[in-house]
Amino acid sequence: MSTRRTTRLRTTVALIGLAAVAACSSGSAGPATSTAGGDTTAAPSGFQEQHKGGTLKLLAKSAGGTLDPKVNYTLQYWQLYQAMYDGLLAFKKVNGQESFTVVPDLAEALPEVSNGGKTYTFTLRKGIKFSDGRDVTVDDVAASFKRIFTVSSPTAGTFYNGIVGAAACVTTPTSCDLSKGVVVDKATSKIVINLVDPDPELPYKLSVPHASILPANAPAKDAGNIPIPTTGPYMVASYDPNTALKMVRNPHFTEWSRDAQPQGYSDEIDESFGLTVEAAVTAVQNGQADWLFDPPPADRLSEIGTKYADQVHVNALTAFWYLPMNTNLAPFNNLKARQAVNWAVDRAAVVKLFGGGKLAQPVCTFLPPGFPGHVDDCQYTKGGGTTWSAPDLEKAKQLVQESGTAGQEVGIVVSDDEVNKAVGEYVQSVLTSIGYKATLKPISGNIQFTYIQNTKNKVQISLSQWYQDYPAASDFLNVLLSCASFIPGSDSSINIAGFCDKTIDAQMKDALVTGRTSMDQANAKWAAVDKAVMTAAPTAPLLTPKLIDFTSKRVGNYQFSKQFYMIVSQLWTK
Amino acid sequence: MADLTMGLGHLTDGGVVETVAGPSDGPWRASWSQLRRNRGAMVSAVVLLVVVVACLLAPLYAGSVAHTDPFTSNVSGSTVVGGRTVPVLEASTTGLGLGVTPIGPTWDPAHYFLGSDNQGRDVMARLLYGGRNSLLIGFAAALLCCALATVVGVVAGYFGGVVDAVLARLLDVVWAFPVYLLAICLSVVLLTSGLTIGPVRIGAGSLWLPVLIIAVIYVPYVARPLRGQVLSLTQKEFVAAGIGVGCSDLRIMRRDVLPNVLPTVAVFLPLMTALSMLTESALSFLSVGVQPPAASWGTIINDGLGLLYTRPAVTLAPGVAIALTAVVLNLFGDGVRDALDPRARLRGAA
Repeated sequence: MSTRRTTRLRTTVALIGLAAVAACSSGSAGPATSTAGGDTTAAPSGFQEQHKGGTLKLLAKSAGGTLDPKVNYTLQYWQLYQAMYDGLLAFKKVNGQESFTVVPDLAEALPEVSNGGKTYTFTLRKGIKFSDGRDVTVDDVAASFKRIFTVSSPTAGTFYNGIVGAAACVTTPTSCDLSKGVVVDKATSKIVINLVDPDPELPYKLSVPHASILPANAPAKDAGNIPIPTTGPYMVASYDPNTALKMVRNPHFTEWSRDAQPQGYSDEIDESFGLTVEAAVTAVQNGQADWLFDPPPADRLSEIGTKYADQVHVNALTAFWYLPMNTNLAPFNNLKARQAVNWAVDRAAVVKLFGGGKLAQPVCTFLPPGFPGHVDDCQYTKGGGTTWSAPDLEKAKQLVQESGTAGQEVGIVVSDDEVNKAVGEYVQSVLTSIGYKATLKPISGNIQFTYIQNTKNKVQISLSQWYQDYPAASDFLNVLLSCASFIPGSDSSINIAGFCDKTIDAQMKDALVTGRTSMDQANAKWAAVDKAVMTAAPTAPLLTPKLIDFTSKRVGNYQFSKQFYMIVSQLWTK
Repeated sequence: MADLTMGLGHLTDGGVVETVAGPSDGPWRASWSQLRRNRGAMVSAVVLLVVVVACLLAPLYAGSVAHTDPFTSNVSGSTVVGGRTVPVLEASTTGLGLGVTPIGPTWDPAHYFLGSDNQGRDVMARLLYGGRNSLLIGFAAALLCCALATVVGVVAGYFGGVVDAVLARLLDVVWAFPVYLLAICLSVVLLTSGLTIGPVRIGAGSLWLPVLIIAVIYVPYVARPLRGQVLSLTQKEFVAAGIGVGCSDLRIMRRDVLPNVLPTVAVFLPLMTALSMLTESALSFLSVGVQPPAASWGTIINDGLGLLYTRPAVTLAPGVAIALTAVVLNLFGDGVRDALDPRARLRGAA
């Protein structure tokens, strides 16, 4: 069940492919203005004083690890960091599609982009203080960027290695020198970020917790369980990974931008650890807790969806579940074998295994519905059409026969949690029915993601998931299927299928370059890439999931950011 | 020589038996008579036989009664309940329509008698097939364990000295590990790559892997008491007589020592079968035993874990089967012990 709320750890190597992109252009970059379309966001309302106060009680099966926002890479804490830390930029903290919009946070305005897209200039807001009372200065900004490398942040080598001097910092963090990459001027509060190559996705990367601005005197190593002073409305009062994380109001916080960092409602936010998910659901039902981080178990869904419907919030995610097929190993080094799998898998059955049509939607494109570049298209549905309707087993069997791979042994590697294993068993059954000798290998979720990436493990087919880092088609196609993302023998080879098609790779690079000037044109190109990828069938997309948040009866003002999910600071309990 | 030593053995260890059971009965025949008089053990044996036969008939049930393939997913399938066609996995239609619930017990053997699991498979058919694997692993592991333990115990106890010291320490090392921790560790390692011993190759998904693992981890539990018994036997006159007339060590162990420890092994066998079966279920429940799509009672419990609130039968049915089989095996084992233990029979006669 935990896969429904997969940790961001699995995106550690997400942007390997982006490093391969290099070209120049000028003008404003896309992120601040790009939308994925279909915005259904309600207008943000002002702060409602009458709801201020109280304690918000959250539950999680276990703690999320280190408190250090430069190191932690879990959704569990990234969600909480939204109420504690700020970067120069931030994703707008509002409901719906608008939450993908990047807005100025500690910076006064969106950056001025110059030098052909290689220089970003910010001005730091004045009057903002850390929770320990010290002023936020440009020195803190410079130190914070350097600290990304000194603490070896998980995204140091992928998100931020384009900053001048960063490449050396990645290899030798202790002697990191970013003086030419991040230039600050105390007198004018100006911050200039110089890049080696233009990166139109930099604003997104500056809006995630790893780019948070921390005090210059923050420890030069992972702070672990010791809280670092915050700039947002809350700070950590105490943290014991065995029991609870307690957040209280930051006494020095004053709201400077409701879009970027709105004031919180609760006086205190406690996240307690240790209860089973079953017990946590019961606690929320009984009003003993207000929300659980972990998804409710399958056998409680019907109950909470019926008896507690008004406390359940279901939101579509920009993510997908898919079957990467190793294009360098038999039988899936054969195009017809890969296409056969795409024809054979009953997406509706997989949706059922996931929890039903209200919790997931069948897909047969690489880019999820509603995502930039997505166009409805389905090459593998019985009877044709632009959306998936039914599998075609006969066609699949015929393709397997034509491929000459019938009767071969196929191992499926899945994570050993309930939903992944159930889907794996189903896939095994399908592969057997179309003529393979399929076996299932459920392995611990802690290692499955890296295991299936390493070519040394000779994984033929696996079940994996991808949750967006930020709203750009490249975050799916380029990251997951570019030649640059395939690193044989490495645990960090996010191109799990080992797919490297020079023509499609060139198409992706072209789309990336186009994105520097026109996101619309780029998205049209990404749609073409998506179609080409589906024809080559290195993967079989299965479904796009939805997320359930189950809140207590007393909780109000639920808001869901598509980027960081439920906005914890905006819940009220009175 | 063989007759002499066997005779001595009987005189030494079986004299009382013969006095109680009558001069015409051998010790095994006497024990069998005793066992037959134990009503609890006999009832247990019959129940065990019924369970075994039912499991052996699994293909007949799946193919001719339920008309189902218990190893193939049937997520989008349907069945007939009360003359009405219903989906095997039904999406919730109330409230927000969240979740999918498998069909529950219909009590109709032809249509999902015990309901379905989350793959749309017939739980009853899987229960019977799972029982075959659980029982097979239980019996095979117990046999292998007892065989290994007998060899180790007899050799260590008979030779003593350095041989005993080495073997005893080896047993201590295995004994030192918590049994389930050791089993899980071995399973995790071997399940990914299988096991190759010389020309023998056991595949990663083979049922023989859990058999071997369970047999090995329980060897000290059987070997240590056997070793103690052999140490005692080596002091007996009939062994000394064998040595005195120049019999080889192998012959003395085979003809004099082994027959005297076999009753103990026979007592251990049903008890170890129950223990092995329980261990297999635990390992399979933890996903490190029998691998899908094969079933065992442990894997079925695991399958049902996510359905505990809505379809408890998926978990309860194999749970009951495990409990029942373990109880009858233990009762039968107790009966065997009583039958083979002359002191117990003496108490019974008195």
